[in-house]
Amino acid sequence: MALLEVRELTTSFPSERGRVPVVDGVSFEIRAGEVLALVGESGSGKSVSAFSVMRLVPKPGHVDRGKVVFGGRDLLTLSVPEMRAVRGHSISMIFQEPMTCLNPVLRVGDQVVEAIQLHEPVSRAAARARTLELFKKVGIPDPQERLDAYPHQLSGGLKQRVMIAMALSAQPKLLIADEPTTALDVTIQAQILELLRELQRDFGSAILLITHDLGVVNELADRIAVMYAGAIAEQGTREEVLGAPSHPYTQGLLRAMPALVKRGERLNEIPGVVPRPSDWPKGCHFCTRCPRAFEPCPDITPSETVLSPTHSVYCHAVARDLKGSPS
Amino acid sequence: MAALLSSHITANAVVGLLLLGALWVARFVRRNRLWRDAFTQIARRRPLALAVCALYVSLGLIDSVAWIGGGDTGGDAVASHQPRSLLDRAFGTSRERSYSAPLARAEFYGQRPLAHPGKHLLGTDVLGRDVLFVTLKGARIALLIGGLTSLISIPLALFFGVLAGYFGKWLDDAIFFLMSVLASVPGILLLIALIMALGKSTLSVCLALGVTGWVGFCRIARGEAMKLRELDYVHAARALGVPEVRIILRHILPNLIHLIVITFVLTFSSQVLSEAVLSWINIGVDGSWGQMIAQAKDELARDPIVWWNIAGAGGGLFGLLLAINMVGDAVRDVLDPRTSKENL
Repeated sequence: MALLEVRELTTSFPSERGRVPVVDGVSFEIRAGEVLALVGESGSGKSVSAFSVMRLVPKPGHVDRGKVVFGGRDLLTLSVPEMRAVRGHSISMIFQEPMTCLNPVLRVGDQVVEAIQLHEPVSRAAARARTLELFKKVGIPDPQERLDAYPHQLSGGLKQRVMIAMALSAQPKLLIADEPTTALDVTIQAQILELLRELQRDFGSAILLITHDLGVVNELADRIAVMYAGAIAEQGTREEVLGAPSHPYTQGLLRAMPALVKRGERLNEIPGVVPRPSDWPKGCHFCTRCPRAFEPCPDITPSETVLSPTHSVYCHAVARDLKGSPS
Repeated sequence: MAALLSSHITANAVVGLLLLGALWVARFVRRNRLWRDAFTQIARRRPLALAVCALYVSLGLIDSVAWIGGGDTGGDAVASHQPRSLLDRAFGTSRERSYSAPLARAEFYGQRPLAHPGKHLLGTDVLGRDVLFVTLKGARIALLIGGLTSLISIPLALFFGVLAGYFGKWLDDAIFFLMSVLASVPGILLLIALIMALGKSTLSVCLALGVTGWVGFCRIARGEAMKLRELDYVHAARALGVPEVRIILRHILPNLIHLIVITFVLTFSSQVLSEAVLSWINIGVDGSWGQMIAQAKDELARDPIVWWNIAGAGGGLFGLLLAINMVGDAVRDVLDPRTSKENL
């Protein structure tokens, strides 16, 4: 059974031309203990999807439709205090910018203690001892001294470790990691990824990893959902999506990876740019840039085409291929 | 309310509370390295101004410790049944009949010999009181006005500003409307009306000044809260399920502390000055420098001129305001990240 099930989620923002959806009917699910990577370029709606799950969509955005079922309850119908109890306790989140995610005027230890005491009625001393344990676990050197440090005394990597400690303080069932390594430099990135993988093994938390970095995806993800312009294009296991991509967008994305192109060759780019949400076509959002687009693509939203029990794709061309050659 | 306030016990309690608050702040500053560094920097930049402030504060304290009975009242039946402070007792009975020039041996008009010839460093006023003594007594009043008024107006400003900025929407509209209304009524008119309604006393003057004086800082606090609520660590706190009230107390207010400190110092002096203006139209606090100046204004028209009254009050006021403003500048230089040269 899925830990988190997102169905037909639609989140929109107001514009001069009425409400424009930036997440348009997205469905995915995460099973307990697995890492699902939500991959897409900037503006594809992956972060907004994650914030919608937490019901923290920045104003004036608003979740219009859909279901977010977590532990048998639809999070979108919970009362505000009920939702607050879910946040940080069952689902917690780490953010992209460790530099600004900690309150500059409070000691980092106190901030983690606060997070622990928020969801559990433990004494301050006990919470502090737990914080020390967490600091050790996330690999902060000199954890005892770091408890009383202010954020500006820590490096970016250390701050991200503190954030991770804070997010894991309640042993959440699901951890949403919104580009956890984007703001860090490459060597620290590798350390943080390694840490996330270890912690995921130790705590058994599922991770919803939001990233545009296919390298990170390859390191960490069990399954991958590729997003383009507010909709899921393709999802499957890591091997299926990276090894045998079937959506034209995924294929284009992988062809543009420097690591997969021979030295001296030009990188293959996808022609054109991502249209703005208000300019999205009625049908498949990728049709304006798709090399395989044909007559139904601009008008009809492609439905799910199942390639294997774990691998599915939303593409008219792939569906036609399958029908054309019944196997 | 006036009866309650005229009691020296209430006044002393207020001063005691202020002192306790100051001690608590001092303890906090000593314990926290960043604040200690900031204080050291301020002390290094403005040692003289800080010393002058300390002098005024100790004057105010000396004048605050008061009790009834004991000491020599020189046969004054009223004084022996009134609370008299350390300062009163130090100056003892030094009444003359009327004006005398500084360090004079005889009265200014009439040239009758003084009871305490040569003792009055700044002369005596029309009632024969020692001007230096009256001036020194003004320090306590000034500190009381500045402190009480800031303690009323800053929490008000913070409460409304943070509420409006953090929650926004209709609450922001409502509070902003209130601020605009307050800002659009001429300040002095509102002050007069409030003091008339509350009755003339130290507390009512402070209340009136505080209630009318919070709009400026409220606007700043509102803007800061609006900025802070969009910062990542506030989002992160929300993602951790922190209740809104706790977010305000833990994440918004502590990040406004530098503004609170700066505003406290700067409003302190401006409120003392406002009281002087109120005294000019005769609704100020009894015994304040403002009142002394207001009473001395006619003396300037006499011939020969009686200048020591206004000099005493003006000097006292000027010294305090200059010192506080200089300290305030240093505080802002050190605490405001945009102006601090050395990164704390």
